[in-house]
Amino acid sequence: MTDEPSRRRQGLGRAALRRAAETVVRVLITTSGLTAIAVLAAITVFLVLNAQQAISTVGLLTMITGKLWYPTSTPPLFGFLPYIVASLRATFVALVVAVPLGVAAAVYISEFAGRRTKELAKPIIEFMAAVPSVVYGLLAVAVAGPLVKVIFNLTSGLTILTAGLLLGLMAVPTIVSISEDALHAVPDELRQGSLALGNTRWQTVYKVIVPSASSGIFASVMLGLGRAIGETMVVLMAAGNTMTLTWSLIASGRPMTSVMAGEMGETVQGGLHYSALFVIGLTLFIITFVINLAADTVLERQRSRWRR
Amino acid sequence: MKGTKWFALAAVVAIVAGALALTGCGTTTPAASTSTAPAKAPLSGSLTIAGSDTMINLAQAWSEQFMTDNPGVSIAVKGGGSGTGIAALINGTVDFADSSRAIEASESAAVKSKGGEAISTSVGNDGIAIIVNSTNKVDAVTKDQLAKIYTGAIKNWKEVGGDDKPITLVSRDPSSGTYTFLHDTVLGKTANYAPSAKLLPSTQAIVDEVKSDPNAIGYVGLGYENSSIKVIALDGVKATVATVTDGSYLLSRPLLMISNGAPKDVAKAYVDWILSPAGQKIVTDQGFVPITK
Repeated sequence: MTDEPSRRRQGLGRAALRRAAETVVRVLITTSGLTAIAVLAAITVFLVLNAQQAISTVGLLTMITGKLWYPTSTPPLFGFLPYIVASLRATFVALVVAVPLGVAAAVYISEFAGRRTKELAKPIIEFMAAVPSVVYGLLAVAVAGPLVKVIFNLTSGLTILTAGLLLGLMAVPTIVSISEDALHAVPDELRQGSLALGNTRWQTVYKVIVPSASSGIFASVMLGLGRAIGETMVVLMAAGNTMTLTWSLIASGRPMTSVMAGEMGETVQGGLHYSALFVIGLTLFIITFVINLAADTVLERQRSRWRR
Repeated sequence: MKGTKWFALAAVVAIVAGALALTGCGTTTPAASTSTAPAKAPLSGSLTIAGSDTMINLAQAWSEQFMTDNPGVSIAVKGGGSGTGIAALINGTVDFADSSRAIEASESAAVKSKGGEAISTSVGNDGIAIIVNSTNKVDAVTKDQLAKIYTGAIKNWKEVGGDDKPITLVSRDPSSGTYTFLHDTVLGKTANYAPSAKLLPSTQAIVDEVKSDPNAIGYVGLGYENSSIKVIALDGVKATVATVTDGSYLLSRPLLMISNGAPKDVAKAYVDWILSPAGQKIVTDQGFVPITK
């Protein structure tokens, strides 16, 4: 054993070291935080600069409301309304699949599953997020497509529904993971209090626990939505890529991400077509930005209510 | 807690491993070397090639054979479409752009503006087969009918002698040389593909879609033709190696390898070998048409 003074010296040295380490870490963390903001700002500037040519030549409104996209014909047409609608259709299907599935799974894992099941199930569901999106694309083409084709008696399985189903599955891990965290964070006093008042376990869940965790659940849904609307590979492979303007879910469609991924490779950098693709990118960016902003506002309002 | 997590991970790994073991990892035996190894000093170097999806299987077969014959050479082949390959050539990231269409004046100018010169070498020929589902009764269309089908003027198979069924249009996306070629040759410069056309990301995707959709029509390079789909005649001529060779089939085109400046060193050796009987035999093996001298 060491004697008293040396131990104190060691302790002092350790404290100084800890302070130094803390300073370094603080600087690093501050820099990372600022970098994230700087990168976001740079991306915005980059998108706007590249989109500018098409916006000034063709006009933003003409593009957003235009129904025909023929970038290589003469004269070229750059209307991408059908693609915006296709993105919304696919995202809608994804949400219909992912929200009930994800929230129900989170409630089960948090409130009903035994300890062992819980500790097994959560990591396995989170593992779904590690599956590459191209694998989901293959599943969509090989499994979901034929199923959709048979069930709805269609001639082709490449539809928005097919892609949306898989997009929904891809969003499930995000929703489960974050919702479960939120449910888990609800204090045990609330559970015990509710049970003590004579509520059943299920009544406790839907009257007390889920409402208490609703802000977290809402945030998880928004993040899942962000994942679905920005996903590219699955829609490129499975949505069928037609320009038809329709709200039907069992028709094909070409979501915005699919257009950008499919055409960016062949454009001449700095050309009008290239710039027009950036307008689509900018539109998608604005849509997701607004979704996140709305989510944040709702969350903030809810938080301040809970604080009272 | 932690142990259980690891256990869960181990369980996932075990399931995946088990599934793999059940299916058995099938390996294909490499094709036996058919050409004789060069007698000169062994070649070494690396080449990057990108472009036409029509040519991707052919390009890969060439590169594999060439790398087997010349172990010192490594060749990377990527697809993406002719336009993608030429864009990569302009940007200077590849040695060759595979292209199933001629380089456009604007693209050629772009290469020139960067101080180079685009040189196209014809390395084979291809016909674009018009394909339908094997249950489809239609055996032939005219060029005019095909144009009307793809622009959306003809919407039902009964208008061209088939059943009363709506036509599903299947097409490549605009990055494809085949898309551009069909557009310019059949639809005409001023017409456009109908908005209802499915723009699929690869030729194989077109084959798969036409195979499964009884109402579909599609177009693919001759090398992709197989018994699961039906090739229909265009203006009375069916796309075959013979009709493409003698030029009687309308939708015939050269397959090009475009380089920046005349190929040198390994690149030259590679092109020379492709144009040799050994290289052209692979063209035939892949279902395309060899060049005629």
